[in-house]
Amino acid sequence: MPAEQIVFLLCAALILVSAVMVVTVRNLVHAALWLVAALFGVAVLYAVLSANFLAVVQIVVYIGAIAILFLFAVMLTRRDLVVRTPGMRGSWWIAAVLALLVLGGLVFLIVNQPGVNRTALAIPAGVDTLHALGNALVSSGQYLLPFEVSSILLLAALVGAVYLAVSRKS
Amino acid sequence: MTFWNDPINFLSGWLSGILTAWGLPATLAMVLTIFIGIVLLVMFAMTLDIFLVWVERKVVARFQDRIGPNRIGPFGLVQPFADIIKLVIKEDITPDGADKVVFNLAPVMAAMAVILLWAILPISSKIYGVDLNVALLYLVAAGALGTMAIIMAGWASNNKYALLGMYRMVANVIAYEIPMVVILLIPTILADSMSVKSITEAQASTWYVFLSPLGLLIFMISAIAELGRSPFDLNEAESEIVAGFHIEYSGMKFGWFYASELLHAFTFGGFASVLFFGGWQVPFLLADGFHFGSLVVTLPGIVVVLVQALAFLLKALFGYWVIMWVKYSMPRIRIDQMLAFNWKFLTPLSLVLLSVTALLGQLQTVLLPWAFTLVMFVSNLLIIWITIEILRAYARRQRKQEERITAAAAQGAHQ
Repeated sequence: MPAEQIVFLLCAALILVSAVMVVTVRNLVHAALWLVAALFGVAVLYAVLSANFLAVVQIVVYIGAIAILFLFAVMLTRRDLVVRTPGMRGSWWIAAVLALLVLGGLVFLIVNQPGVNRTALAIPAGVDTLHALGNALVSSGQYLLPFEVSSILLLAALVGAVYLAVSRKS
Repeated sequence: MTFWNDPINFLSGWLSGILTAWGLPATLAMVLTIFIGIVLLVMFAMTLDIFLVWVERKVVARFQDRIGPNRIGPFGLVQPFADIIKLVIKEDITPDGADKVVFNLAPVMAAMAVILLWAILPISSKIYGVDLNVALLYLVAAGALGTMAIIMAGWASNNKYALLGMYRMVANVIAYEIPMVVILLIPTILADSMSVKSITEAQASTWYVFLSPLGLLIFMISAIAELGRSPFDLNEAESEIVAGFHIEYSGMKFGWFYASELLHAFTFGGFASVLFFGGWQVPFLLADGFHFGSLVVTLPGIVVVLVQALAFLLKALFGYWVIMWVKYSMPRIRIDQMLAFNWKFLTPLSLVLLSVTALLGQLQTVLLPWAFTLVMFVSNLLIIWITIEILRAYARRQRKQEERITAAAAQGAHQ
């Protein structure tokens, strides 16, 4: 078994276990910490795929910002950090069927994808993926428009957040 | 490749050669060799950490007009080992209401977040963990894990002081991450790379401290804030919240927080040296020895590598000393001052500096090196001057307003 496969299997196990723990654990802060573990596992997967930039950004954005935001929201808003209501509703089996259907569809799509059995080629020496990514984001033929649109969207969200947060003196 | 030119790579090749000769598969031999390398690097960092405890205690003593530890060993050098023995044999207390697993995991995470940084620290041209092309983002990501450790410690302790200290520390770290990230982009622009190795190599002729002195200043300020050291040590304000997020930790668990804080400070000194003082670059030292104009002193590769490592450690110690100097000379600031200073002053200033550097950085290929250095240096001085003028005008306005209010009050009292 190649080394990448061992790392992948370990990571996949970590992600799955953590993801299950996120939704089953009663303590909300523990759930958020398990979420951090799951996101970290995804970052390791990116690193195994030689996507350094995505791996690091995954940690910076999801663990450094979003998970911390979750933890703060939970700690600041809830008095009782343990959920006492039952975790399942009566209609849980509908959700289970839907989830299985989605899983089946995804597996079907991926298996029928051409080149699904191919081993990933190593990135040839001298190719800087980071430069290529940066250029792709700002060249007009490639992703310039989506990149700029998402920047404007984020800026608008930022301005909106500031507008909502500022207390106006009447 | 021989031992005298490239010792680390030679040793790792030799070791994996032995392991494959024993019949291990090549991949496993490689993994084992890398693992041994990691263990050695971590051991080096932790041994250095023990030494840093002594440095810290000696330096703070000098700043406070004392002698410092001087009883055990020459110059008190064995004192840290006595400290460690004391920490290890102390009773290990876990508070009753604590969340045990998270509580015990937090100090490990705190130390891990610092040691992770050593993976990308280029100690010398041939001694470094890994040459990542996203090294500077990796620095930020490791900081995120450190924040996580603080949150875990503060929350799991089940203590209101710990929780308050944690909130303050996280507010501090998240806020000062922004000028830090912006400033990290300045060496990136100048060296056209995020890899710390390329950034160091790009500083062979001019250190970036001459191109961007203001960048260094902002980097050091935000690094001190990230570390939560004075004047940004609201997280452990003794007079208000006793010890902050690590109030409930005793013995070696507290020791881990303390050790990782010291090592973190040293590591940030190391990054300041890599980003602005040329890392392992020594003036006149090239790969084959010293070059003074036409005079060439040839040195074997291993000596060059060791001289570079020494230069790097000295520069990092200098950065560490500056951080200590600030810590023991400045009083603590209030939390509103801390946030206002970041959002209203440091962040806009770093964004202005980044824009100016990005624009003028285009001249790098056009101008001669000395002219480019001059242009960058003068632009930095101009930004500093304009900032000071704006601050002065603002202070004058504030003073006038206060004077008017006191004058009006005095008049009111007269009538």
